[in-house]
Amino acid sequence: MTTTREIAIQTEPFVVNFGPAHPSTHGVFRMLTTLDGEVIVAMEPVFGYLHRGIEKLAEERTYGGCIPLTDRLDYLASMSNNFAYCLAVEKLAGIEVPERAEYIRVIMAELQRIASHLIAIGAFLNDCGAFQTPIVYMIREREKILDLFDMVCGQRLTYNYMRVGGVSQDIPEEFVPALKKFLKEMPGWIKEYDRLLKENEILLARAKGVGILSKEMAINTSASGPVLRASGVEWDIRRADPYSIYDRFEFDIPTGTAGDCYDRYRVRIEEMRQSLRILEQAAAQISPGDFRSEVPHLVRPPAGEAYGRLESPKGELGFYLVSDGSIAPYRFHVRAPAFINLTALSDMMRGWKVADAIIIFGSIDICMGEVDR
Amino acid sequence: MAMQMVPPDWPGNLWAHWAVFTVIIVVFILVSVLMFIWFERRAMAVMQARLGPNRAGPFGLFQSAADALKVMIKEDIVPSRSDSVVHWLAPVVAFVPVMMVFAVVPFQGGALLADLNVGILYVVAISSVTTLGIFMAGWASNNKYSLLGAMRQVASVVSYEIPVVLSLVGVILLTGSLSLQQIVQAQDIPFILVQPLGFLLFFTGALAEINRAPFDLTEADSELVAGYMTEYSGMKFGLFFLAEYAEALVISALVTTLFLGGWRGPLLPDWLWFLVKVGAVFFVIVWIRTTVPRVRIDHLMALAWKFLFPLALINLLVTAVEMLVWPDVSLWLLVPINFAVMIVLVLIWSKFFKLGWGRVNV
Repeated sequence: MTTTREIAIQTEPFVVNFGPAHPSTHGVFRMLTTLDGEVIVAMEPVFGYLHRGIEKLAEERTYGGCIPLTDRLDYLASMSNNFAYCLAVEKLAGIEVPERAEYIRVIMAELQRIASHLIAIGAFLNDCGAFQTPIVYMIREREKILDLFDMVCGQRLTYNYMRVGGVSQDIPEEFVPALKKFLKEMPGWIKEYDRLLKENEILLARAKGVGILSKEMAINTSASGPVLRASGVEWDIRRADPYSIYDRFEFDIPTGTAGDCYDRYRVRIEEMRQSLRILEQAAAQISPGDFRSEVPHLVRPPAGEAYGRLESPKGELGFYLVSDGSIAPYRFHVRAPAFINLTALSDMMRGWKVADAIIIFGSIDICMGEVDR
Repeated sequence: MAMQMVPPDWPGNLWAHWAVFTVIIVVFILVSVLMFIWFERRAMAVMQARLGPNRAGPFGLFQSAADALKVMIKEDIVPSRSDSVVHWLAPVVAFVPVMMVFAVVPFQGGALLADLNVGILYVVAISSVTTLGIFMAGWASNNKYSLLGAMRQVASVVSYEIPVVLSLVGVILLTGSLSLQQIVQAQDIPFILVQPLGFLLFFTGALAEINRAPFDLTEADSELVAGYMTEYSGMKFGLFFLAEYAEALVISALVTTLFLGGWRGPLLPDWLWFLVKVGAVFFVIVWIRTTVPRVRIDHLMALAWKFLFPLALINLLVTAVEMLVWPDVSLWLLVPINFAVMIVLVLIWSKFFKLGWGRVNV
């Protein structure tokens, strides 16, 4: 595509290579952009720099031994990954999970959603050029969540907490009071972020109407998560296909209307509020009991296939497992939400300026560990 | 350029005066830039709920010195296929004018290198030369990020020079002089009260000209890596960095001189008042940097031409009419009038001027 204009000065588009090492590519992502001045004519995403062959590695491991691998997919939401994988294995092997374990899992998944959204929003605002102020505040709050995770499993990034049929260990006594304290403080913090930038004229100008992903387009590219909901589709797997015990909780599904960067930002803020609602209900309802069902050390599911999915912070995270009756999965496939959401990126960016491209990319909230696997 | 000779209270001849003040200015700029960098990092850390530099020396005071030392001993890398002469010249062209501006800034009554009778004109003319250095850097680096950053810089300076100069004319009308020394002497009340709109426009425009947030598009770190500085290392990078903070220092000093009454103030010695005011203005610049996101290049242009430019013209008109109608009126009388004018104008403009999603499509 050429946009050469026959004026006094001839101009021609030129290619700029954003990444793989660039301050705002959120990992090793590369955007081959063709620019006409400041305007983006075409964008070609290039990834694979972080490929570790996790899907193939998993075929050599036992079903339980795959759980640490899932930690390393979306390392900002390891709990959700553990959870989704365990759902798939339990579906494949027909294993029941005790009620207490279900509550613990839901609490962990929702805390993880808040932690992941905090990073997503902070990084997005950082891309907007709010010089690190928002992200530092959000990391401060994420620390509190990591402290809670630290309390239950001793880890702060790769938790490896969930097991087939439950979780690795029961939550300690001091966890629920600490969680309740966190639930009391967090709404105030969310209000603080809102005060910081919600009505900021520059942010509105930068994010409103920018990078629009239409409803049809979002469905056609099978986008999911906040990206899809910001386009106005009320699709949340917690509600559409309730897994675990999500049918017991009351919560709303925040949706946007325009599908622009600002809506994606607002949807994430609202989702944090809804996660807090779920957490409050879960913290009130959780009762003593087993934290893991009796599962043999080496799970041998019958030959067959299963697809376990859940609503991870970034969208529909699915694990597709095929068993040949042995102790290791025959095929281990990950439906990574960030990877699929990225497919719409090229179309969202076309025609916008360089500065917009960065925030459109930031508003999708990707994690390269998950995209490249 | 008529140079008024040595101020009467200064002993010695012109050359002694010149030598002493050149040394003072160079040392002042270098030391205060190092202090500013430290101050900015500490102040930002406080605003961002973190600690900031605290290892080198008490409160991390020597952090800037350590950084400066590191920059000096780092290897100087010149990219292949770059225009090496221009690449070498660019930091010098960017840095020297910033130093030269200080020749006319009075540190206290009579304490300045040259009391030019065209002071403001000199400042405006010299300070825009820095842009040339930045564009040279962008062009010579043979790097697309650098070129994009340099293009943004030229575009923004060409636009913002106009409202900035126009907003200064109000001050000139009030004093009837272009000399910074005489402008300070005329400020029995700080001109920020008499020229509130002029101050607002000047400060906004000046921030855009020196690429401080929210107008730091030239080096937008999340978009263009480091903009025009991407291919610079070692002391050449150090010079750009120095020039950038020295520009912030210049703007702080100019705001102090033109709008905050310069060295004048009760109790404290004059030179201390000057430093305190410069520090306060710089603090506001840092504060803005931590608070707001970056604007986009077309919004930047829109702000200059649709908001600042007309307001600067109206401000000039209002001041001129006031000076014409009541030439001898007390300035205190103008304070409420000009504040009312500012509030009404800003309200009207912000009503129909919105960045982006508003009624005016930019």
